[in-house]
Amino acid sequence: MSIWASTSNDGRALTINIEGRFDFSAHQDFRESYEKTDGEPDEYRVDMKETTYLDSSALGMLLLLRDHAGGEGSNIKIVNCNPDVKRILTISNFEQLFAID
Amino acid sequence: MDSIKVLVADDNASDRLILTSILNRQGHEVVQATNGREAVESFSSERPNLILLDALMPEMDGFEAATQIKALAGDDLVPIIFLTSLRDAESLARCLEVGGDDFLSKPYNRVILEAKIQAFQRMRQMHQTLQRQMAQIADNNAYLVQEQRVAKAVFDNVAHKGCLDAPNIKSLLSPLAVFNGDVLLAAYTPSGGMHLLLGDFTGHGLPAAIGAMPLAEIFYGMTGKGFGMIEVLREINLKLKTILPVGVFSCVGMVDVNFSNRTLKVWLGGLPDCYLVRTSGEVEVLASTHLPVGVLGNSEFDANVHEVQMEIGDRFYLWSDGIQEARNEQDEMYGEERLMQNFTMNCDQNVLFENIQQSVTEFIGSSERDDDITMLEVMMLDADEINAETAEFKAGAVSGPTDWKFSYQLGPETLKDFNPLPLLLHILMEVPGLRPHSSSLYTVLAELYSNALEHGVIGLSSSLKADPTGFVAYYDQRQARLSELTEGFVEFVIEHVPKRDGGELRLQVADSGAGFEYDNSSFKSKSADEDYHGRGIPLISSLCTDVRYLGCGNEVRAIFNWQH
Repeated sequence: MSIWASTSNDGRALTINIEGRFDFSAHQDFRESYEKTDGEPDEYRVDMKETTYLDSSALGMLLLLRDHAGGEGSNIKIVNCNPDVKRILTISNFEQLFAID
Repeated sequence: MDSIKVLVADDNASDRLILTSILNRQGHEVVQATNGREAVESFSSERPNLILLDALMPEMDGFEAATQIKALAGDDLVPIIFLTSLRDAESLARCLEVGGDDFLSKPYNRVILEAKIQAFQRMRQMHQTLQRQMAQIADNNAYLVQEQRVAKAVFDNVAHKGCLDAPNIKSLLSPLAVFNGDVLLAAYTPSGGMHLLLGDFTGHGLPAAIGAMPLAEIFYGMTGKGFGMIEVLREINLKLKTILPVGVFSCVGMVDVNFSNRTLKVWLGGLPDCYLVRTSGEVEVLASTHLPVGVLGNSEFDANVHEVQMEIGDRFYLWSDGIQEARNEQDEMYGEERLMQNFTMNCDQNVLFENIQQSVTEFIGSSERDDDITMLEVMMLDADEINAETAEFKAGAVSGPTDWKFSYQLGPETLKDFNPLPLLLHILMEVPGLRPHSSSLYTVLAELYSNALEHGVIGLSSSLKADPTGFVAYYDQRQARLSELTEGFVEFVIEHVPKRDGGELRLQVADSGAGFEYDNSSFKSKSADEDYHGRGIPLISSLCTDVRYLGCGNEVRAIFNWQH
């Protein structure tokens, strides 16, 4: 598992990439990926291209990110989910909270 | 100089004496004969290296003797030098016609005789070298043929035809195509569908053919266990990428046929355009959108597929580039246009496959090139029709563990850092047909286990996760408590019961914790916008038929019903 983040050139968008299993062991890295960034991005992208699995604690972590990014007014996209990951997000009705692509 | 054995056959005693003395003086061994018959007999018993043969002798003349000796010598070179006082060209020519190699005229000259013996000695040695090399080549060839026969037998066993003889398939794989690294595979899936694969490796000969073996093994192994098309392709891609040298890869078309809802899923990497032919005669072209397999690493592997809705009787064609690149005597290529013409001629679709084959064969004509053609036709059939075909296969496929129960208890040392989930999943996946449910089952097992471990064994309350700081504190405490763990357990009791068209998996997980107050009727899916925790159980209950806590709440049972 590894997590890394990159900020767009204008500093407005932050992309967080999650590689491997996204579960409780990722909480530290995941939180640091958005807390340690400079500035206040308007847009967050969670790129799950390399994410193989997602558990319920990861769902909690996504909600933590959402609150960090402004809760109701946040702009978070979850992109490139594989079918298994997408299914877990769907079962938990997360498309109501995030833009899932 | 080497000493050799010389047969001197002459009815004239003084000539024999002269020749014998010359030869002896030069160090050669001499065997004598006084007529042709004796010469033939001596040849058989003494096996001389060279023969000096008088042409005109009583009983059997030299011409007849030469003929017989040459026949007896077979492949060995035994030079015959005719001794003759004959001068006319016809007689001399006859000496050579019957197998003589040279002649020596009387009176005999010592120097010339020795020079001729030397010359023939060189020729004999050359002949022996040649014979030895020929024997070696023959041996090597026999060995190679034997090796190829064994390799072919192994190849045929691994890359076998699977269900290519199914009623909805027509296929053509020319022998030369096999040698050029083409492969055709077909297998029923446990859920009653069908996987087909057409592969075309780069290169020629053994290096090209050899990659087909791991490809076939993965195809049949994983398809039989119920893996989906993309999973099979991913594995093939990874395997080929790992084992093949850079520059060797395989163009692949893979088709997943679903007879129940009459759909095809098609993944095409590096193959020529493939055609879908409707019963109406309409032709749709599907282009390869992917790179061949064995080129990219798995993180770059593109899993997008063409999804095609079919009707009964619709046909799908795929092929290697062998057809379009087939050449005629004028070195022209068959090409896409000629291929497409077969489809637009509105002929009987039942013989379309044969028509294409015939058209290509006629085009190639008597051109020197052997045909290198690989082609596949897949037709959509009614599900019932194919079910009749697969009934036997299914009966065979259910061999595997289906009715079993085990318990697995993890003690405190194990709980500290061991993840039991892959092992448990592995046991579950041995149930034939359960494989497609692996990701759901993993989720269920993972959530059950983390609940038992975190809330049960180490007694963490999920209400800790109420705010971001608590979330962090929760996982810090998890680590701290686990590292100090000295007692406690998590026990899995897992049972599988086969059912018609599937089975029932009973997952029971107990822990050493104090339990909690529960309400089995309230595991509704949690509305999304709530706490950071509490999603595990709703997730499990949406994937399982039934989930309920038992006893004081430190035991939970989930029932997972599944169908093929």
